[in-house]
Amino acid sequence: MGPESPADVRVTDLSKTFSVPEREAGLRAAVRSLFHRKTRAVRAVDAISFEIGPGEVVGFLGPNGAGKTTTLKMLSGLLHPTSGQASVLGFLPSRREKDFLRGITLVMGNRNQLQWDLPALDSFELNRAIYRLRRDDFVAMRDELIELLEIDDLVRKPVRNLSLGERMKVEIVGSLLHRPRVLFLDEPTIGLDVTMQKRIRSFIADYNRRHGATVLLTSHYMADVVALCRRVIVIHHGRVLFDGDLAALSDRFAAYKTIDVALVDGTGPLDSYGEVLQRDGDRVKLRVPKAEAAPIAARLLGELQVADLTIEEPPIEDVIEVVFAQKAAE
Amino acid sequence: MTGFAAPMRRESWLRAMADFYLTMMRTAIQTQLQYRAATYMYLVGMVAEPVIYLVVWTTIARSHAGQVAGITSGEFAAYYIVWTLVRNMNIVFTPYGWEWRIREGQLSAQLLRPLHPIHYDIADFAGGKVIWVLLYLPIAAGLTLIFKPTLNVTPLDVIVFSVAIWGAYLIRTMNLWLLGMVTFWTTRGSAIFQTYMMAELLLSGRLVPLQLMPGWVQGAASWLPFKWTFFFPIEALVGHLSTASLLGGLGMQTLWTAIGGCFVWLFWRASVKRYSAVGN
Repeated sequence: MGPESPADVRVTDLSKTFSVPEREAGLRAAVRSLFHRKTRAVRAVDAISFEIGPGEVVGFLGPNGAGKTTTLKMLSGLLHPTSGQASVLGFLPSRREKDFLRGITLVMGNRNQLQWDLPALDSFELNRAIYRLRRDDFVAMRDELIELLEIDDLVRKPVRNLSLGERMKVEIVGSLLHRPRVLFLDEPTIGLDVTMQKRIRSFIADYNRRHGATVLLTSHYMADVVALCRRVIVIHHGRVLFDGDLAALSDRFAAYKTIDVALVDGTGPLDSYGEVLQRDGDRVKLRVPKAEAAPIAARLLGELQVADLTIEEPPIEDVIEVVFAQKAAE
Repeated sequence: MTGFAAPMRRESWLRAMADFYLTMMRTAIQTQLQYRAATYMYLVGMVAEPVIYLVVWTTIARSHAGQVAGITSGEFAAYYIVWTLVRNMNIVFTPYGWEWRIREGQLSAQLLRPLHPIHYDIADFAGGKVIWVLLYLPIAAGLTLIFKPTLNVTPLDVIVFSVAIWGAYLIRTMNLWLLGMVTFWTTRGSAIFQTYMMAELLLSGRLVPLQLMPGWVQGAASWLPFKWTFFFPIEALVGHLSTASLLGGLGMQTLWTAIGGCFVWLFWRASVKRYSAVGN
């Protein structure tokens, strides 16, 4: 995208450095720290740049401490960048202008924004007042979100009585009542069971489809990323390692592919074709170097009696692991 | 993807603010009702402080021909019973709580919304007071029966008192917000908080009515905001102040609220840049 393109999120050389106090363990060090406080500069985000167009859903991946949450906090105006620039919906996030805040939301999987002792409906009312929403617009949006997430019975219970997954669903509704155009989602499915994760995922996809919202999503569950994001940005030690299609990530970083082959007689040795990952009767899973996948498949078909054969990309978790390992080694 | 829908329509600012304050106060009342027993125990515990002052000064008054510096034991009783109500009214978010609200992500949640966070505190504590004052009434009745206060009030005293307790609340909100923001700059703010609390105790009329303090303390108190948060509201009801003093007092409260508001506005802009959004 060029400088004149209508990116909803534009980040240029964005950095954030924290000054972190540190001292040795023990009483002597504690006393010494009263007089000589030692601090260390930690560069959490290191000159990252990217753009996200309107309506895009982008996965923001990286291990713990990679700088994902710090970036989201800068983009949502919670943190002031140390250097570089960020623009969201044409606003400078750190200024926290009211129109900017009305256009975004930040959902964090481990945070509770609702009134703990009251039913979520009361917190929704409060959000209506805070965002200055007209009652009829608010009711329509609230009911649409409640219906999408099927939480009609939950919103009347005090939040403290809800399970983690139920709470997350009402949290998400509370965060979207003002119909934000840009969603920053930080681990929205963390700690949830598989069914709940799927529900949240399909909800995010629905919201994106219905309202054309731009989404930047972090998650350690690759199923979230695969289901929602065509594009991923991989970040490690505060630096962008990869920015592109999810499919291209495998092409670029995966060193191998998996051949899943069903044989008529699977009792013979197969080590000459590749590493046997799994053998279940006549069904065998082989790991082979990516460049040799096609010739090895041809050999299997030519030399053995094959009932079925598929060549698969490795699981995305494995690819990400490879990315981090390679970059760490560099 | 269908392209972004039109932005939602907005209420006017004035109507929205009134709506926010009413909704937030209603929410605070509901929350307080969830913990009514705990709130009552807190109120009963809070009464201990004025009752100790009251017993001490009543005893001293009795041993000095029924009065100290012209204040009778009945007037002491009136002072400290009204003190209890004023104390209820000027309870605000404590500066010691800022570290907690930052660590728990409460401040982050407020910063993400298009409203200055001070409004949440003002509206939240204002709503809570409705329940506290209701729960306080039986306590006040009990104290009145035991200590037999001398209280002669005019309608103007009552009107000015009703306004002054909210003025006291706003001044104290601004002051303690300023103190709380020290948390952005140092993790060792407790010493500053304690110094403030000590100054407030001595210069506000909280510990003793200000007319019992030395002249220079009374002089210093006139130049500081503390007396407008305790002494003035109490005296508005029990002190037989002239109309000019009553209205002048409300003027001073307005002035200190405005000064506090300006400092909050300035200090907030500088402080929030240092916010590191730790925790959540």
